[in-house]
Amino acid sequence: MNRNLIIVPAYNEAEAVGTTIAAIRRWAPEFDLLVVDDGSTDATAEQARMAGATVLCLPFNLGIGGAMQSGYIYAKEHDYDVAVQVDGDGQHDPRYIDDLLSRLNEDPKLNMVTGSRFLDPEGEGYRSSAIRRVGIRLFARLMSLITRQRVTDPTSGFRMTDRRGIELFARDYPHDYPEVEAILLMHAHRLRSCEVAVVMGPRITGESAISSTQSVYYMVKVLLAVFVALFRERPNVVEEDPPPVGAERTT
Amino acid sequence: MIFAAERLSSALGQRAEVIIVAVVICGVIFELVRRRHLMERYAILWLVAGFTLLILALWQGLLTTLSRAAGIYYPPAALFAVGFLFVLVLLVHFSIIVSRLSNQNKVLAQRLALLQQRLEQETAERTGPAASSATAPVADRPRDEPSPTR
Repeated sequence: MNRNLIIVPAYNEAEAVGTTIAAIRRWAPEFDLLVVDDGSTDATAEQARMAGATVLCLPFNLGIGGAMQSGYIYAKEHDYDVAVQVDGDGQHDPRYIDDLLSRLNEDPKLNMVTGSRFLDPEGEGYRSSAIRRVGIRLFARLMSLITRQRVTDPTSGFRMTDRRGIELFARDYPHDYPEVEAILLMHAHRLRSCEVAVVMGPRITGESAISSTQSVYYMVKVLLAVFVALFRERPNVVEEDPPPVGAERTT
Repeated sequence: MIFAAERLSSALGQRAEVIIVAVVICGVIFELVRRRHLMERYAILWLVAGFTLLILALWQGLLTTLSRAAGIYYPPAALFAVGFLFVLVLLVHFSIIVSRLSNQNKVLAQRLALLQQRLEQETAERTGPAASSATAPVADRPRDEPSPTR
């Protein structure tokens, strides 16, 4: 029997987190639910507990990277088979969790499935500021080039990973703005990922982690991180070799 | 004659000032360490800088000799170059330390949150399942919540 975990990172999402949890319960009842309260100053943790979620309370704000990594560490320690990130602000529609899971189970070689807003050509994509769309497209090109496979939505946090992914991210996960770098991390450890088309709603409440003024910093930071990461030594493995330090399969 | 004497006294005055500055640096650093505002390992760097300044001020001609040897014919420029380099290296050193500290900070926060959650869960389990609504398994939760508005 598979054990699956939904990780909901939430920072000051007291108004939205209850609705998000209710929707998750409705559409993915077979998943356990962990809310990572990233040092919220409002009643996020209380709301999440009231909605019946297990809550990890970080003592102060670590940012999405640190929050998600705590979720992966929790998943690893509690021996989960699958972990999926669903944002607490209601952007990620839990109805697609099943799509992600069936895609992940379909191919045993897959280690990560990402919900992409841009995969479906008929889809409306994602309404956002121009600079952000340009940034997403730039990173999509870059990551496609590096990983030699089509990446359409590198900034999507709507991701499902298997055990190897959980183990890897529990040990090593980027600090801030982790999504793009995480793709590179998977690639560097020769783990396989693919995308599944999803539609994302607008966030119910809360600010994006990236305001438009921060977009430039975001781009520079991620570009630097990706560039440096390309030269970082990693325990590279060939398929038959023992897995790298960051991705042992514990069975 | 008069010019030479003036120059000598001004040079002496400058030397005295440099010596005072060096002594003050060392004194301030010593006092900071004494009050535990500064750890010894970081104080050493500043004390080395202070002593270097002191030696250069006391040992007349050393700076000139050294800068000539380095091909710099204006000794103060050599002093500035070395000082600038020192501060630069020090700042990089501190950036490394800050990065390491914030990483350790992150790990501590994560461990704390995980331990706190485990403690809450175990407390809830010990005080009886009735009180542990927060940790109830998914299957026990009602499934007939209203459909999401989206």
